[in-house]
Amino acid sequence: MKIKNLITWSRTNLFSNWYNSLISLFCIYLIIISLPPFIDWAFLSATFEGKLKTDCKTSGACWVFVKVWFEKFMYGFYPVENIWRINLSFLILIISISLSFFVKDKFKIYILFFLIFVFPIIAFVLIHGSFGMQIVESREWGGLALTFILAIFGIIFSFPLGVLLALGRRSELPIIKYFSICFIEFWRGIPLITVLFAAAVMFPLLLPADSYVDKTLRIAVGIAIFESAYIAEVVRGGLQSLPKGQYDAARSLGMGYWKMNFFIVLPQAIKTVIPGIANTFIALLKDTPLIVLVGMAEILGMINLAKANPYWLGMAVEGYVFAAAIFWVASYFLSSYSQRLEKKYSTEKK
Amino acid sequence: MNKEKVIELSKVNKWYGEFHVLKDIDLSVYQGEKIIVCGPSGSGKSTLIRCINRLEEHQEGTVRIRDTILDHHTQSIEKIRSEVGMVFQQFNLFPHLSILDNCALAPSWVRKMSKKDAEELAMTYLAKVKIDDQALKFPGQLSGGQQQRAAIARALCMEPKIMLFDEPTSALDPEMIKEVLDVMTDLAKAGMTMIVVSHEMAFAKEVADRVIFMDEGSIVEEKPTAQFFSNPENERTKLFLSQIL
Repeated sequence: MKIKNLITWSRTNLFSNWYNSLISLFCIYLIIISLPPFIDWAFLSATFEGKLKTDCKTSGACWVFVKVWFEKFMYGFYPVENIWRINLSFLILIISISLSFFVKDKFKIYILFFLIFVFPIIAFVLIHGSFGMQIVESREWGGLALTFILAIFGIIFSFPLGVLLALGRRSELPIIKYFSICFIEFWRGIPLITVLFAAAVMFPLLLPADSYVDKTLRIAVGIAIFESAYIAEVVRGGLQSLPKGQYDAARSLGMGYWKMNFFIVLPQAIKTVIPGIANTFIALLKDTPLIVLVGMAEILGMINLAKANPYWLGMAVEGYVFAAAIFWVASYFLSSYSQRLEKKYSTEKK
Repeated sequence: MNKEKVIELSKVNKWYGEFHVLKDIDLSVYQGEKIIVCGPSGSGKSTLIRCINRLEEHQEGTVRIRDTILDHHTQSIEKIRSEVGMVFQQFNLFPHLSILDNCALAPSWVRKMSKKDAEELAMTYLAKVKIDDQALKFPGQLSGGQQQRAAIARALCMEPKIMLFDEPTSALDPEMIKEVLDVMTDLAKAGMTMIVVSHEMAFAKEVADRVIFMDEGSIVEEKPTAQFFSNPENERTKLFLSQIL
């Protein structure tokens, strides 16, 4: 019975006509030539146990490399005895996000408020240290933790800034309008790598000699501003899709500009562009490894360091596969979270 | 009639670029009066009532609502909007909010009522338009007639002194027109000052004190209801009435 189902299913889905059959056969061929060798390399003939490169005697992947360096990949050169502080920060983040799945809508706004205004402070105090905790300068931050710190900082700050820019671009006040247009077009017109070099190298030259802004902060602000220009254009698309009648109705009820935008315009506009926003955030997450080029060791930087270690030469593939897997999981999480939001709000609309 | 004059338009002119939409409009509306505005499409009816709550800006002349003269000051605009309710052809309910929230939003954030009071107020008006049982649904789940009644309730929740209706039944299926007109008739009988842009002549005959006929941006004819229908003077009015009745 089941085999019969399988045959009918493949007839309708894979071999419905000659060119579909051709494409299906080609895809099956690709899977057959690529998947078994990969599984063999990654799992069957891979080495998982050991402490040294010499423990890897099989032909497959040497995951010992990832195992030994795991802590460095995750936390960079952050002092080992303080790693719990990073873990605690991310635990708080994960708990508050998962909490938002279960509580009523009324409390979600508090969680959002917490994430935007309170969490960054808690996380900074924990990770940087203060109140008697040992100070860990940001140059010691690294690994996946740094990747996530930059991405989360970027998301939290680029979103409100982008929304304001989108509103500004549609403002009737010429100064605000043209400022927003120039700002957006400037930041969209330059590559991220330029922004990073400017933030890391050029910006300190422009400051008075005795002032100092932390390098990680400069980079984080640079990324947030850069992404805000993209968010602004995505949100503007949503604003334009809103019927004029919604503005009429809100204004006829006596709502001023901010109330109208906050309660009526933005909730609807942002809902329609959730996929675009998720897209931008995924791009942001995957752009963060570029900071390797200005000498910051986030996860890819740590992998580069590790593979250059004389005792671990030739481990590049394992390292990059590991990094790819981690980025894939993180991006997949963002993507499915956005799909979840989309589904939820589309049912409310109907 | 020694009632208070609540709306006064004098010599109001408006242009869209080169196009002269409103030409020297003079109009006075007294407390409790019901005015029907009719005329062919593009005659400026909607623009006229949208100038009353500043959804459109007039370029010449004065618009006075009770004691407030409409000018560029946000304060005067917001004061007028909180006293003048409006109902639109396309309902314009907020699709992301429940019917109850549609109604309670403005009272709680513009009138600064507590959330509980605002929701009670909303339920009172939803009961008046007979859709209190639909309060927790979303606009998309309601029929056109129900949506328009909800939109009327939403406007009433701001407890306006004047209500403007911009072709409230034009987007409705025929079988739903009556339920909306019934609500409007009740409202008229309760003494609300109303300006209604509409072609529902039966409704006009029943509730209107005066009927205004507009064509090409001017008020062509303005008469008490009975005279307007029995004895129209202007040729264009006669033609229009012969087409519509």
